[in-house]
Amino acid sequence: MKLSDIQSKVQSTFFKEHQKALYQSLEDKHTTIEEMDDGDPLTAKMVLNMGPQHPATHGVLRLVLQLDGETIEKVKLDIGYLHRGVEKIAENKTYQEFMPYTDRMDYLSPYSNNVALCTAVEKIAGVEVPERAHYIRMIGCELARISSHLLWLGTMVMDAGAVSFFIWTFKEREKIYDIMDRLAGHRFTVSHARVGGVANDITDEAMGIIKEFTEAFPKELKDYHGLLDRNRLFFDRNEAVGVLKTEDAIDIGATGPVLRATGYAYDIRKFAPYARYDQVDFEVPTRLEGDNLARYFVRMEEMSESIRIIEQCLEKLPKGPVRTDNAKQAYPSKDEVYYSMEGMIHDFMMTDTGICPPEGAEAYHAVESPKGELGYFIQSDGTGHPWRLKVNAPSFANLQVLENILDGEMVADTVVIIGGVDPVMGEADK
Amino acid sequence: MSLELSEPLQKVVDSLSEKFSDELVDVYQSSGDTFIRIEADALHEICSYLKNELHYVYLSDIIGTDRYTSEDRFEVIYNLLSLKDEARFFLKVWCEEESPELDSVADIWKGANWNEREVYDMFGIKFRNHPDFRRIFLPEDFDYFPLRKEFPLLGIPGSIELPNTTPDTD
Repeated sequence: MKLSDIQSKVQSTFFKEHQKALYQSLEDKHTTIEEMDDGDPLTAKMVLNMGPQHPATHGVLRLVLQLDGETIEKVKLDIGYLHRGVEKIAENKTYQEFMPYTDRMDYLSPYSNNVALCTAVEKIAGVEVPERAHYIRMIGCELARISSHLLWLGTMVMDAGAVSFFIWTFKEREKIYDIMDRLAGHRFTVSHARVGGVANDITDEAMGIIKEFTEAFPKELKDYHGLLDRNRLFFDRNEAVGVLKTEDAIDIGATGPVLRATGYAYDIRKFAPYARYDQVDFEVPTRLEGDNLARYFVRMEEMSESIRIIEQCLEKLPKGPVRTDNAKQAYPSKDEVYYSMEGMIHDFMMTDTGICPPEGAEAYHAVESPKGELGYFIQSDGTGHPWRLKVNAPSFANLQVLENILDGEMVADTVVIIGGVDPVMGEADK
Repeated sequence: MSLELSEPLQKVVDSLSEKFSDELVDVYQSSGDTFIRIEADALHEICSYLKNELHYVYLSDIIGTDRYTSEDRFEVIYNLLSLKDEARFFLKVWCEEESPELDSVADIWKGANWNEREVYDMFGIKFRNHPDFRRIFLPEDFDYFPLRKEFPLLGIPGSIELPNTTPDTD
């Protein structure tokens, strides 16, 4: 099949240059192009556009697949349909003003995004965070990890054919929303972390329902395991599908559970511990197979490790302030703002100018988000706005893996593999 | 300013200054991170040396920045990770304002493919010998490089010419 054929058949009227370059790139992928007989329909090749509005692509991901019968010969991904230019927006905002935008990047786990931004700003500006705030952040991050993995589990099993599973995982997610509501004041886009600590202290009520959740959730997890671990249909759909080798994973830059499912235990929480992850005891689950089933086991085990971390955090939670008491580095508490003149001035100053890191400073700080290494790189020019803020998004790295592992798979497995890689387009498209 | 380098990073600086003494421009630290700036001409050579001899097998990210200076306006930063030594450092190159161009490292780290496309999309820095050189987020029909500092921070409707976004009309 020649390029001129695709171009003439598609006849795109929309973003002509873009479509032309995309199909050209599909044509150029791998050099083994053979001439096919156009007459026989059984040997005909087909170019299939999947997405960006396909429900199983988890957002606005577009795949252009060249099919030979039912086999995918090669695939190109087209991303950017959710590009909002958050890195440009960040240059016009103070660090604190930018935080709600991070909620909307990986919208399945807003808490870890907030923490990632805060830790990076704290690193560049040299802000000390109180001990109690570290533990509250860890609880929030691990709850976000469970919440994100639950959504992955529901949609991935739904992609494999079992729709009712989605309802059960969402029942549990609903409980995490309720916890977030009590903990942070918002159900979904929490923006709870602050530069220098967290917005408000954890209440007894929130502690109570978190404890309740950590007690009840392992039973639910056991039920999920019971349904899926020996399920023949689930195995047939996932075993040896979308296989990624360890060397390839490192070469392409895979991160998070996708990398760990290939056998390499790279986890930022162990590699470069932030918050107080060096004070708690947990395992980094890995599998060797690198297929979709391995990713399933890794994420399921991560959820039980998260429960372990939350339990330890609740036990260790020290007493003390939740935000640093330095008016140049963090917002003053509301008591101060309402009852003292200085507090009000400081509140204005933080909102207007914000925190100013030293001129010319550069810093990179990464956290282990549910999807993998989520890093913020900040360059400062000495003002309250970042000169350059770069988000190292794990979904972006993992989507590149997807482009490489789909070649040679069956077209029916596409949605299962996308589900297994678990990309979030809000984060990948920035 | 004296440097406080960890052992694996000291090894990197030592072997780079030994092997590439002419190309090594600057080594400095900021907020605990280590930055090594090299000449852009030696980028490909130094990257393959780092990967093959010093085990920097994992490229985490490529960051473009606009320094907005009259000389060497753009900066490209490679976020490199050694899984063996558990060390991370940042390799920097500067490139000029008129037709900025660098060697692609996609043949060294396969993952550099999309990251370089992103840098091109946002800053217009071209990469030589790139296997699939296109824009990544924005459509090919888009004429601007939005993260350059001259691109406005606020959009005023009608101020710049943009590609048609309604597919049903011509």
